[in-house]
Amino acid sequence: MSGKPKIVIKDVNLHFGKQQVLKNISANIPEKQITVILGPSGCGKTTLLKTMNRLTDLYHHVKIKGSIFIDNDDVLNTHKDITEIRRHMGLLSQRPYPLPMNIFNNVAYGLRISGRKSKKFLKPRVKHYLEMANLWDEVKDRLTDPASALSIGQQQRLCLARGLSVDPDIILADEPTSALDPLSSEAIENKFIELKSQYTIVMVTHSLQQARRIADYVIFMYLGEIIEQGPADSFFNNPQQELTKKYIKGLFN
Amino acid sequence: MKIQKIRNAEEMFFRGVMIVSTSVIGFALFLILWSIFKRGLPALSWQMLTETPKGGFYFGKEGGIANAIMGSLYLASGATLLAMVFGIPVSLYMNVNLHKRKKLVNTIRFMLDVMWGIPSIVYGAFGFTLMIYFGMHSSLLAGIITVTLFIIPIMIRSIDEVLMSVPGGLMEASYSLGSTQSETSYKVFLKQCVSGVVTAILLSFGRAIGDAASVLFTTGYTDHMPTSLMQPTATLPLAIFFQMSSPIAEVKERAYASALILTFIILFISIVARIISIRFQKHKIKI
Repeated sequence: MSGKPKIVIKDVNLHFGKQQVLKNISANIPEKQITVILGPSGCGKTTLLKTMNRLTDLYHHVKIKGSIFIDNDDVLNTHKDITEIRRHMGLLSQRPYPLPMNIFNNVAYGLRISGRKSKKFLKPRVKHYLEMANLWDEVKDRLTDPASALSIGQQQRLCLARGLSVDPDIILADEPTSALDPLSSEAIENKFIELKSQYTIVMVTHSLQQARRIADYVIFMYLGEIIEQGPADSFFNNPQQELTKKYIKGLFN
Repeated sequence: MKIQKIRNAEEMFFRGVMIVSTSVIGFALFLILWSIFKRGLPALSWQMLTETPKGGFYFGKEGGIANAIMGSLYLASGATLLAMVFGIPVSLYMNVNLHKRKKLVNTIRFMLDVMWGIPSIVYGAFGFTLMIYFGMHSSLLAGIITVTLFIIPIMIRSIDEVLMSVPGGLMEASYSLGSTQSETSYKVFLKQCVSGVVTAILLSFGRAIGDAASVLFTTGYTDHMPTSLMQPTATLPLAIFFQMSSPIAEVKERAYASALILTFIILFISIVARIISIRFQKHKIKI
C-alpha cells in the first residue's frame, strides 16, 4: 500500500440489538487517497462509515467493540470531546440535508460554532469554500436565499462546502451521488479527485462503475464482513476471492 | 366487473362520509360565529371596550369590561411566556438529548398526555390548594401559575409532535459539523420547526385565554383594572359567565358582545402568529 494509513480500523464488531451488522472489520485507510467502500445494499458499509465519526452514538441498542485509530487516537475509546473528533471529518449523506438557514449561514455555521463570528472573518471564507465546491458562481448573488431553494445537486455541493468549512482532514461520503442527476454526480466525482491531494476521502457506494472511476483503494464488503481489500488496480484487475470476482463481473444479486 | 362495482360503491360511500362530516363541522363553526355576531354586535360599544364596570354594569347600567380584557391579556400572556420558558427546553431535551432513550421519552409523552386530559377545573382546585398552602389570596399571579400548569402539557406535546418530524439526516448533518447537543437543539431543530412551534404556542395561548374553570378560584374577580400581580383580576371568560347568568336581557346580550371580543382577540393573535411563522418557514428544509 502506498502512503501511510490515516485511519486504522481494528477488529470492529457492531451489534444493532441482537443483529450483528459489522463482523471483525479491520482495514487501513490510506491518507490523501480515495477509499471506496463497495458492496451490495445492506452489507453494513454505511454503518462502518458512521462508526468512524461516531454517528452510531445516536442510535438506540448499538454496541460497538474494537478500535478505530485516527491519527493514533482511538475514536471509539477516547476521552476527547466527540464534537472535536467530528469536526475533523466532513460528512456528505445520501441526500443533502442543508441546515434550515440561508446559503451564507449554512457555510458560516461551522465557523460560527467554533467561535469565529465576525462578518469580516466569515465573508472571504464562505466565498472560498463555496468556490472550492464549485458553487460560488451560481449563488454569489443570492447568498441570503434559503438553502432549500437550491436544486438538489446544488444542495449537495453546499453540503460539501459546509463540510469543508470546518477544515477537516477527512471527508466521509455516504453514496453522495445516489440522489443526484448524472451531471451533478460527475461534478461531485471530479471534485473528489481534485480534493484528494488535501483530504483523505472515504466514500460508500454500491456502484461498481463509480468505484472504478475514482477509487484508489477499495474495501469490498458483504453481509457485514470485509471480503477483500486492496489498491484499486489489483482489486479490479486481479481479485483474489471468488465472491469479489463474481461481484466485479456483475454476477451478483 | 362485479368487483369493480363494489369498489366504486365503496369509493362513493367514503367520499360521501367525508363530505357530510366536513359540511357538518363547517356549518357548526358558521353557526357559532353567526350567533355570536348576530347577538353580540348590536350590544358591542366603544364604552364596553374602554371602561370598567363601575358598579352598575352588571345590572344593565353604564360601564364596560376593559378590566376583564386587560386581565385576560395579562393572564394569558404571562402564562404563555412562563409555559414557553419551561416547555421549549423540555420538548427539545426530549427530542435531542434523550433521542436514544425511546422508552423514557415515550413514558414522558404518556404522562403529558394524561396531564393534557385532566379537566381545567382540577387544575383550578390544585392551584387553590397551592394558594392556601402558601397563604396567598386569589390574585393575577396565582392565576398565571395555575394556567401555566394547565397549558404546559399542551405546549410541550404540541412542540414535541413538531420536533419529532425533524429528519434524522438533519440531526446527523448538525452533529457531523461538530455541533453540541444544545447547538443542535437551538440552532437547527428550533429553526427547522419555527412555524410549528409558533402554532403550538398559539394553541396554548388560546387555551389560556379561553379557560374559565382554572381561574375561577385562583384569579378571582374584581371591577377594577388589574394593576398588581398580587391583586384579584377579572378575566373575559368569567365576565361572559357572570353576564350570561344575569336575568336582565340587556346584560345577557352584552355577554355575546364579550364573547365576540374574546373571539377577535384569538383571531388577531392567530393572524399575527401565522404571519410570523410564514416569515420563518422559508428556511425549513423540505423532505
